[in-house]
Amino acid sequence: MSPQDTESATAAGTAERPTAESDAAAAGEPVVHLADVAFGYTATPVVEDVSLTIDPGEYVAIVGPNGSGKSTLMQLMLGLLEPDAGTARLFGERADRFDDGERVGYVAQRASAAKEMPITVREVVKMGRFPHVGFGRLSGEDWAVVDDALATVGMSAFADRRVTQLSGGQRQRAFIARALASEADLLVLDEPTVGVDAESVDAFYDLLAALNAEGITVLLIEHDLGAVVEHADRVVCLNRELYFDGPTDEFVESDALARAFGTEARVLTGGSG
Amino acid sequence: MNAVVTAAPVTGTLAAADPSLLLALPLQGALGAVGDLVFGVLLWLLEQWYWLMDWVYYFTGLEMLNPRYRFMHRAILVGLCVGVMAPLIGTFLVHRQLALIGDALAHTGFAGVAVGLFLNAVIDLGVSPYLTAVVVAMIAALFIELISEVTDAYNDVSMAIVLSTGFALGTTLISLNAGGLAVGVNQFLFGNLSTVSPQSAAILLVLFAVIVGTVAVTRNQLLYVTFDETAAAVSGISVNWYNRVMVMLTAMVVVGAMQIMGVILVAAMLVVPVAGATQVSRSFSESLVVSVVLAELAVLLGIGVAYYGGVTAGGVIVLVAVGIYVCAVALGKLQSARAGRRTPDMGSIEATGSEASVDAEGD
Repeated sequence: MSPQDTESATAAGTAERPTAESDAAAAGEPVVHLADVAFGYTATPVVEDVSLTIDPGEYVAIVGPNGSGKSTLMQLMLGLLEPDAGTARLFGERADRFDDGERVGYVAQRASAAKEMPITVREVVKMGRFPHVGFGRLSGEDWAVVDDALATVGMSAFADRRVTQLSGGQRQRAFIARALASEADLLVLDEPTVGVDAESVDAFYDLLAALNAEGITVLLIEHDLGAVVEHADRVVCLNRELYFDGPTDEFVESDALARAFGTEARVLTGGSG
Repeated sequence: MNAVVTAAPVTGTLAAADPSLLLALPLQGALGAVGDLVFGVLLWLLEQWYWLMDWVYYFTGLEMLNPRYRFMHRAILVGLCVGVMAPLIGTFLVHRQLALIGDALAHTGFAGVAVGLFLNAVIDLGVSPYLTAVVVAMIAALFIELISEVTDAYNDVSMAIVLSTGFALGTTLISLNAGGLAVGVNQFLFGNLSTVSPQSAAILLVLFAVIVGTVAVTRNQLLYVTFDETAAAVSGISVNWYNRVMVMLTAMVVVGAMQIMGVILVAAMLVVPVAGATQVSRSFSESLVVSVVLAELAVLLGIGVAYYGGVTAGGVIVLVAVGIYVCAVALGKLQSARAGRRTPDMGSIEATGSEASVDAEGD
């Protein structure tokens, strides 16, 4: 699939989506907007001088070596951290004051969910509806969305299983289903395929492409450069500051990778690059 | 409705009979009147409870429910309330690896008791030590939470420091006034069934209502924050705010349960039934229910054994709870050995079908 094809598919998908939210998003308000953002946990900046804009319907991957500030940048975008300098905006609002949580779905790295808590897959997916119901109970419609999300990731048979008894890949599917159940406009995934079996990984990227074709903005933080080159439309390469921001095929041809990673890094595209 | 209507005359007669009881809340004016009203309602509830227990006595003939032993009726009421609220809060704490915060807050609660006894002895304040314990423990809870927000982690070192500081403050204050105060300290350290006064039962009922009410309203948010703090924050939940609510509720539970469990053993009620329920439950809601059932079982058996065997209730309750926990672990192993044999087929990810199914649902 060439970038042009994907772009036209994205545009068509956005136009077809009936909800008011996506109409507003399609009207041109950027999903994420960073201007000269800098941040450091200590005096040394982890992220410096980053400016970028992500528009509705884009499929963006953020890549960079370990410790390059990928996850920090994501946290700045989501408002989990406040920038030391510059501004971070999410759906036009200041990211750290953004409170319209139902517009953002989030899938974390596997490590953050390693708990011995008794909770079923359906209960995990149910949390995706919490931003919609607040203090109330889930309606029949909410439960239908939950069951749909479970079916989409192929986990219906596991709905009443304890999450702790699942394999890494199954657990990650449950978290993706939770993000789907939130019916978000922006899907943020932080290295979502770590610990997921190979065949699920392929199906998982197909799912992301399908969701993106529906008009959902996808933001992927990824370590696996091959997957990024194969699936994302746009690549943001980061190592403390931006090394590259543009279409994927330009990224492959540029020397940004070597400069950012500082080694003889090669993109393994499995023959397609 | 009925309770509110009946409350006014009850309060009136009560105020006439024993004004000292009403000093539980040293407030004046309208606020004081509201306090009196609430206290009256609670005492009325207590009367209904006695009546219920009397009936249970006539039906079962259990000696420990004899109407002459009102203190046992109160102890059972307090025990039942603790059996609900301790595992309810404990479930959220245990799954955040915060099992020890209950212990730390219990020890600061002890400092609160000492402050209350001290003030009563020095300036004749006349408040229940449990009230000062609630206040001090809640301040300490907020303090622990704020430290963790600043340092970005709950660490066992700061917890240990708060725990020892609380206990040290308590013992120091008590030794200051050793003459008058040494008398009642065992009751707070180890708990006592026979010293549950109507006043402290009333305080516990208020704590119970606040805790169960708060958890009922914010259950979604508490669950999300407990399970996945980052995702909860992304979804717009103010994580710090709910953490503060959680530690304050913990402080209330700990002080409430202190009456029969004592400072030293109170944390066990937050942790042991929850640990047992975790072994045998699949879902979170199931684990909440199971942990409450296990806690009630431990409390009732423990109080019974304590009465007939003439031993300290707190210790027996914890021993029974641990016994139940061991049984739950065995049961859990059995369950998972059985469940391991059948594994359902995992469906495939519907990359193309998702759009159709979502649209169909929208209609």
